[in-house]
Amino acid sequence: MDPIQTLVKNLAEKHGRSRESVLPILQGVVEQEKFLSERSMIEIAREIDIPAADVYGTATFYSFLETKPTGQFIIRVCKTITCAMKGKNQILFAIEDMLKIGLGETTPDKQFTLLETNCLGWCHKAPAMLINDEIYTELTPEKVREILSGYMKVNANH
Amino acid sequence: MATSNQLKRVDFIFRNENDWEKILSSTLERKPQELINELISSELKGRGGAGFPTGLKWKLTAESKEKEKYVICNADEGEPGTFKDREILSRVPYKVLTAMAICGYITGAKKGYIYLRGEYKFLLPELNKVIDEFEYYCKETNLDFKISIFMGSGAYICGEETALMESMEGKRGEPRNKPPFPTQAGFMGKPTVINNVETLVHTFTIFKYGAKKFYDLGVQYSRGTKLFSVSGDTPKPGIYELELGMSLQDFVYEFGDGDTKAVQVGGASGFLVPRKKFKDAAIGFKGKLTGISLPTGGSMMLFNSSRSMFNVLDNYLEFFREESCGQCTPCRVGCQQLLLGIKAVKRGEKPASYLDKLLRLTETMQYTAKCGLGQSVANSFSSIVENFREEMIY
Repeated sequence: MDPIQTLVKNLAEKHGRSRESVLPILQGVVEQEKFLSERSMIEIAREIDIPAADVYGTATFYSFLETKPTGQFIIRVCKTITCAMKGKNQILFAIEDMLKIGLGETTPDKQFTLLETNCLGWCHKAPAMLINDEIYTELTPEKVREILSGYMKVNANH
Repeated sequence: MATSNQLKRVDFIFRNENDWEKILSSTLERKPQELINELISSELKGRGGAGFPTGLKWKLTAESKEKEKYVICNADEGEPGTFKDREILSRVPYKVLTAMAICGYITGAKKGYIYLRGEYKFLLPELNKVIDEFEYYCKETNLDFKISIFMGSGAYICGEETALMESMEGKRGEPRNKPPFPTQAGFMGKPTVINNVETLVHTFTIFKYGAKKFYDLGVQYSRGTKLFSVSGDTPKPGIYELELGMSLQDFVYEFGDGDTKAVQVGGASGFLVPRKKFKDAAIGFKGKLTGISLPTGGSMMLFNSSRSMFNVLDNYLEFFREESCGQCTPCRVGCQQLLLGIKAVKRGEKPASYLDKLLRLTETMQYTAKCGLGQSVANSFSSIVENFREEMIY
């Protein structure tokens, strides 16, 4: 069995093979693979015996389930009202400038993907962003550069 | 309601009380009917924003003859400007779990879920630890109730109760037709109590201190306290527990920066109140004879005069356009057209009178959209366009 098949099988063992396990399984694949390939969705459909279209339909509904290849670290900058008022754009510019990518793009070394997202629930500490599941608040361009260099250093050491 | 009330700070929710075991065991000694009556007499209404009487919800579920029932804690806190539920779950999670177990005891549900939004995944390790402790205690005391966490994956609409259940069933988070209501046919078609995180914590307070203590706070039709998430142009953003029924004027005195132009009450799906209406507006549920009553999930966003209301509306509409589930036409197409429409007016491609057409569109959405999302776009749209029309045009 190839890695995707094994992963899906293990997740199905863990969460069950009913329709209710679709979301936990999809989340499990994303955690491991960072995104859902067509292949993995077909594999999930086969494993729990439902149409692949249903898996695809569910997967594409949720903004945190990526269906396109992404980098190792997904940066999601909050763009909803309070963060927008408190300088979200400067944060975006700082990231774009540092990583040399635009919104929706991935760095050539496949390390970072830059996205915007809706309200993260940190309006009292705006602006905020998520890097994978980690939250960063009260951002300034300087602070963002520091955070990103931290991530780059960790990577360089690997 | 126009009469001015001082802001009354209260501290129930975050009061650190290490007595949940005692409260749980003493509450479970009482009869379910007695507990339901206590909850009904407290007049607690749902704190997620819709304000359905909590006691009634529990009663309806308890009355169902079905064997399998569920309790769901709605922690899909996605409304722009709200961040109280995360704070509750990280500071006093055991209160939420206790309330869920009590609800299970009253309604006959053996299984509880916390639907946690994907954005709060970092809470997971800590929360799982508390649940393990809680389950250990349940086992010790022979209480048959299990709680698990179900993770969301970044969809605002899943905060709508039936969309949330669809999502838990492994489907797209598209709201269902109501009726049947979740109390009859909820998760997996079984009777389900679904409550906001904060509502559950209030029931803990009520079972601990008695309904009277809760009822004595707040004003008629809006009893008790509420957590407010304060953000925007304010010197002291944060979370505050206040008695319901305060006037917006007093709120602005306390939290404004001296130059408050408008306050958005209830997040993007709520109402924008301009400065000249502060003194007539009160925060609470409908039912008052005079003035404007504004129900809220607790989101209070302040804007000062440096802010363009066009940008605010533009931001909200982009939010709604992205978060509309796309299931029903009024909401899917409506949100897109509203956004295109205000941009066209701003650019001068459409006359100012086009705004009136858009207002009629929001009215149509209010009547025909399937769920609260499409219906409530009219709230912020009309309150901004009517009060700041000139900012939309020039």
